[in-house]
Amino acid sequence: MEFRYLPMTVQDKKEMLVRIGVHSSDELFSDIPETIRFKGDLNIKEPKNEFELTKELTQMAERNVNLKSHTSFLGAGVYDHYIPSIVDHVISRSEFYTAYTPYQPEISQGELQAIFEFQTMICELTSMDVANSSMYDGGTALAEAVNLSAGQTRKKKVLVSKAIHPESLAVIRSYAKGPGVEIVEIDHKDGLTDLDQLAKEIDEETAGVVVQYPNFFGQIEPLAKVREIVDTQKKAMLITSSNPLALGYLTPPGEFGADIVVGDAQVFGIPAQFGGPHCGYFATTKKLMRKVPGRLVGQTVDENGQRGFVLTLQAREQHIRRDKATSNICSNQALNALASSVAMSSLGKQGLKKMSWMNIQKAAYMKSRLEANGVDVTFDGPFFNELVVALPKPMEEVNRVLLNKGFIGGFDLGQIDERLENHMLIAVTEIRTKDEIDQFAKELGDLHG
Amino acid sequence: MANQDFPLIFELSQESRTGFSLPTFDVPETDVEDLIDDAYIRKAEPNLPEVSELQIMRHYTGLSKRNHGVDSGFYPLGSCTMKYNPKMNEDIARLTGFSHIHPYQPEETVQGALELMYDLQESLTEITGMDTVTLQPAAGAHGEWTGLMMIRAFHEANGDDHRTKVIVPDSAHGTNPASATVAGFEAVTVKSDDRGLVDLEDLKRVVDDQTAALMLTNPNTLGLFEEDIEEMAAIVHEAGGKLYYDGANLNAILGYARPGDMGFDVVHLNLHKTFTGPHGGGGPGSGPVGVTAELEPFLPKPILTKKEEGYVFDYDRPQSIGRVKPYYGNFGINVRAYTYIRTMGPEGLKKVSEYAVINANYMMRRLQEVYDLPFDRHCKHEFILSGKRQKKLGVRTLDIAKRLLDFGYHPPTIYFPINVEEALMIEPTETESKETLDDFIEAMIQISEEAENDPEKVQDAPHTTVVSRMDETLAARKPVLSYQKS
Repeated sequence: MEFRYLPMTVQDKKEMLVRIGVHSSDELFSDIPETIRFKGDLNIKEPKNEFELTKELTQMAERNVNLKSHTSFLGAGVYDHYIPSIVDHVISRSEFYTAYTPYQPEISQGELQAIFEFQTMICELTSMDVANSSMYDGGTALAEAVNLSAGQTRKKKVLVSKAIHPESLAVIRSYAKGPGVEIVEIDHKDGLTDLDQLAKEIDEETAGVVVQYPNFFGQIEPLAKVREIVDTQKKAMLITSSNPLALGYLTPPGEFGADIVVGDAQVFGIPAQFGGPHCGYFATTKKLMRKVPGRLVGQTVDENGQRGFVLTLQAREQHIRRDKATSNICSNQALNALASSVAMSSLGKQGLKKMSWMNIQKAAYMKSRLEANGVDVTFDGPFFNELVVALPKPMEEVNRVLLNKGFIGGFDLGQIDERLENHMLIAVTEIRTKDEIDQFAKELGDLHG
Repeated sequence: MANQDFPLIFELSQESRTGFSLPTFDVPETDVEDLIDDAYIRKAEPNLPEVSELQIMRHYTGLSKRNHGVDSGFYPLGSCTMKYNPKMNEDIARLTGFSHIHPYQPEETVQGALELMYDLQESLTEITGMDTVTLQPAAGAHGEWTGLMMIRAFHEANGDDHRTKVIVPDSAHGTNPASATVAGFEAVTVKSDDRGLVDLEDLKRVVDDQTAALMLTNPNTLGLFEEDIEEMAAIVHEAGGKLYYDGANLNAILGYARPGDMGFDVVHLNLHKTFTGPHGGGGPGSGPVGVTAELEPFLPKPILTKKEEGYVFDYDRPQSIGRVKPYYGNFGINVRAYTYIRTMGPEGLKKVSEYAVINANYMMRRLQEVYDLPFDRHCKHEFILSGKRQKKLGVRTLDIAKRLLDFGYHPPTIYFPINVEEALMIEPTETESKETLDDFIEAMIQISEEAENDPEKVQDAPHTTVVSRMDETLAARKPVLSYQKS
């Protein structure tokens, strides 16, 4: 079998072994004790040539129902949006995707500047002072924010709304175990964080309060009121997780005095790809700048006074501080941050606002159509691009019916909260047409018949 | 190349210029103020650039030209395995049936994706010699933390609450001690001996009944195989601790040795290193974790299983450490790694390590004539040189690295591992041709000559890049982390 990625010829190998001073390559592995040396062949599939493997994997891919073959109203943290063609052309430039972390600034100005621009765009969207170069995803970014608040305030209790993404909540719980942070869940009521319970639970031991804006149910949490409650404790921080697309039209958390704002930039130029890789963002106030996890790019000058960019404030990071680092994160999601930057540049100031507005409008239209078809929309409050409906049948059954009609139905809320059994979370983005919305609302209405 | 300023995309912006093409707005419009309280409607618009599509493309094309990747030239960045990123992998990951599927679709609609994940898990299980693998962690450091949390859960399940220490060698990557801390452990250092291997006597000294685990790469960060691994495993296991394998250096031993056979209990892999998921300018990566049967109950949930009706996720895992990431891991990177494994097969993967090790030893033997070689023995996929000799001439390792830029190379990893003075850590990988290695060696020899005859040329390097050395002190002292319109 030929291996097109391996350039070593028989002659090369011979010459190199002679230069090394060994008779065979096996001698180079003689330091692996005989007892643990692997003998025989790995029991994995035999190699395939490019043509045949492409054929096989294409068939495998085609077995998946996808967001292009069907009309999807599924969101719940991962959204199908318009992705400008230019995004993939930029991130396919291999000077970007075959590079690593820009440790050598002289030959990494492209990546460094692209990240600096990404950081700027996130600051603009969130109205925060500082943003990092990216995190794995919105969920782990939120978990890091929780631990940061505990470390910074030297307090061990964080109040987390149950109206955040359930998987983010699960990740928070896993991350909190390390430093021993106590997570207190604040229930939701009428689709919003129960502010009475929040006010009751907050005390001087509270390091932070976590809400999602808009929340998992699509509802717009009243951040001003949440901030008032957080303000009853001098040290407690307000942490929000925000869909950055929503911030094109909604007042950003920074304007409500949020201390940390995180979320996922998947909505900008990144396909769903079965849940990852996406692109977490992490933004803070200036005060927390030196506590931020992950890479930060800063502007500086070179020896000739020329503007340039470098990785900076690295004393926070694992490769310098080792066990005293603010986080263990090393690899991040740089290429996806680039994709999001390109998408945000394409949309620009006007496009972003318009796209955000279209989501609000089309979701509002969905609500009116559902109501017209006799479907019970569960929550009354203002919402962004997702809404909850109650259905007369189990969701699994409903989604099967919908699938047969060409739809990928919404998220089954009964999975996460028994009070919401037979409730569906529906996402409506700018790519859904009036006809699709009309038809979907009618299908749900027909379930009642 | 002369120094050139390159405008920020914000500096190209002109009011009312557009680069977007949104879908049709075809539903009746509602007055937003009827929907949303005025206090929650944004007043000051975010200052995003207003640019045309060509301006964006030229901007990023220009930036890409100011960036060095594996496709641009040799990138022997030690411990990072900067091998070729196959183009086929990119095409497969972009197939609609892989890139445009939603993690909450019913399982029966994504059987193709689940089959790929399951088969990848099986392949990685075999390659590492472990009993089972999870694909959930997003990157190497994330895998480390996941593995340590599982070890912690294991000890706690056995009533062993007092195991608070994780041992790491002094040559370890910074993520190891950082992950230990984040998982709630105390990191304890074990010394290397003059062979460059873990000092067994020191290991015996630091191991005790508080030891939760020993974290190790093998080959280690010096590129040397820890040949006492069985004895080390016995020392740690007898004390009740677990052995953690950092898979950063797996590229050296594919088909030659398996962490599971060496006695490791937990393994993480960096699919963006050994298995060609591209590095992406810093990520995304993927960091699957493999474990022995004993630790299986503690795997993050859900786990993917194969049943008669097909592939399904199992959430009923009472002892699980919980979720470490939303959804099921960095699927897009896993698709690339899977494509690579299927391209290479057992024979190809073994050749990968054979050639990676030959390349590294060849370079080491040629370069030891002009640079100090702190550990004179066969290396594995990478090796360490010391710039001590050049330092005496006033040329530091940093200068050597910067001078290499003038030759069109990405420099090796420098000043790491921290237990070697003026370290240069060189990892050629198997995908580089002998001609490339020879050219690089010649450049290194020339630089060593310059260090003797014309040290300023090295000290003042680089001479050909778009910017010269950056003022990093200024960047840290007066941080400017985002663009401010002047």
